[in-house]
Amino acid sequence: MSTLERMAAILPAGTFVEAHAEKAKDGTLTLELEAEALTQALPRLAAEAGFETITFVTAMDHMDADGAVKGQRFEVCYQFLSLAHGDRVRLLLGVDEENPKAPTATKAFAGAAFMERECFDMFGIVFEGHDNLRRLLMPEAFEYHPLRKDFPHRGIEPDKLYNQWNRERGGAPS
Amino acid sequence: MGETITFDYMPAGPEDLQVDQDDPLHGDLLKLNMGPQHPATHGVLRLQMVLDGERIVSCDPVVGYLHRGKEKSAESLGWRKFFPHTDRLDYVQPLLNNIAYARGLESLAGIEVPQRAQEVRVLLMEVSRIMAHLIYLGTTAIDLGAVALFFMTFTEREKTYELLDAYTGHRMNNTYIRMGGVYADIDDDTARAIRTWVEAFPAKIDEFEAMLTGNAIWYGRNKDVGVLSRADCLDLGLTGPNLRGSGEEWDLRKTEPYSGYEDYDFDVPVGTVGDCYDRYLVRIEEMRQSAHICLQALDKLEASKGSEFLLKDRRYVLPPQSSVHSSMEELIHQFKIVTDMRLPRGTTYSCVESSKGELGFLLASDGTACPLRCHIRAPGLLNVQAIPRVAEGRLFSDMVAIIGSLDFVMGEVDR
Repeated sequence: MSTLERMAAILPAGTFVEAHAEKAKDGTLTLELEAEALTQALPRLAAEAGFETITFVTAMDHMDADGAVKGQRFEVCYQFLSLAHGDRVRLLLGVDEENPKAPTATKAFAGAAFMERECFDMFGIVFEGHDNLRRLLMPEAFEYHPLRKDFPHRGIEPDKLYNQWNRERGGAPS
Repeated sequence: MGETITFDYMPAGPEDLQVDQDDPLHGDLLKLNMGPQHPATHGVLRLQMVLDGERIVSCDPVVGYLHRGKEKSAESLGWRKFFPHTDRLDYVQPLLNNIAYARGLESLAGIEVPQRAQEVRVLLMEVSRIMAHLIYLGTTAIDLGAVALFFMTFTEREKTYELLDAYTGHRMNNTYIRMGGVYADIDDDTARAIRTWVEAFPAKIDEFEAMLTGNAIWYGRNKDVGVLSRADCLDLGLTGPNLRGSGEEWDLRKTEPYSGYEDYDFDVPVGTVGDCYDRYLVRIEEMRQSAHICLQALDKLEASKGSEFLLKDRRYVLPPQSSVHSSMEELIHQFKIVTDMRLPRGTTYSCVESSKGELGFLLASDGTACPLRCHIRAPGLLNVQAIPRVAEGRLFSDMVAIIGSLDFVMGEVDR
């Protein structure tokens, strides 16, 4: 069975439109799904479609240089690998800026936990159902999501957390 | 597929992990921070542990101390200028990271790399793999008390540094891979020096093995410690030697061949139990296989001497400096590539079998000179994530063996 057929078999009826399936440059099958369909597909990926392991969870920000957003701002991207069939599938989910929520893959793949934490840290995407959604790489008190396009490349208030900590310990202002 | 190598060694010893009820500290939970400045955490990894006596009740890895925002940097630096940053991910194998990134760019641009460049890349990738595995072996051994091994492996690593220095002019952070090939051809002297080293290397592995494989302390500290089943590995997304140690014969060089790996003869070693000892044996055998591949690559390089090692596609590849000074067209090409090299729209994921697992780059281009997104799929992050799964319920002293055998480099974990 082709990758497409295996995916079509586990997606809820009516949610899978063949026209949405496209091949990326690397030849990976890429499916754009609605949140509902993705939530139902995630637990069935390993057992029914043969995608035994998760490769990554990440996101993309589609805000352009002028700050304009066409359609949905974020795109959450899950990629899975099948060892038995030797193929990969990439699932995309469009997410709004006002309500950046995506279903968690941790219930089906424990390995998604850190990658979803990183995605939350960097983009502010809230993975619903994640047990421990904390920042992964940035300090816990950091207030921004650095990989968003409206976060400046030079950084924001680099000394803010240090100064706050320094004040609290009664150190001399730097 | 090559022949599968499995290791048949002594049967497992008796499980003796019962809590010592006479331990005065039993029942008194202790919160202990290991790292981020701890030599045995192999970098700035911090482990927040709760101990019951000597047993680990829970463990929470805290990462991010070496976070430098590589993925954000890529979005402002542009496609070419990100190359030096990839060196600093898994800094014990810089050329392998370069190649993983270059393959992503080549996939986006839709260009093919010349045959000779593929052969140089395979050679460099295998030397890098040996370099990385030597770090694993040396640091894990010194953490478990075998101090001499650290010096022996670093002596070998020093030789690989000298070889890379002869070829690239740098000991570390080489940045010698370019889109469409490699920066410079391997000359005869360098090839001969690499061959001399590679031919002598299997004897060195025998020396390492003579000190460790049958060593009662090494065996006792590693055997049945940190056991990961195949299902655990897949659940946690582990790849590379950690997955192979658990018996899954999955190696991207065999299953999704790139850079012409299908033309090389090598075996994929797999373990049986998935403990630290299996992962050690897998890495030892991988070094032997890497040396074997290096020799084949050197033979191929001998045969392809004089052919093209860098594509002459002036949309993406810089013209040679001599012609820039004499030709107006070449000067324009150079200016365009340096200031505004654009790649076609599209998304691609390219991965290589790194020493730690599947190292991948998800690159998204919107047709401009800078990536829309450059996501680095770091195998090390998933290896760190696996620590609690194997450490919880074990003795504290096993932690050092587990950290060593899962093998990660914090530069890559934190990015």
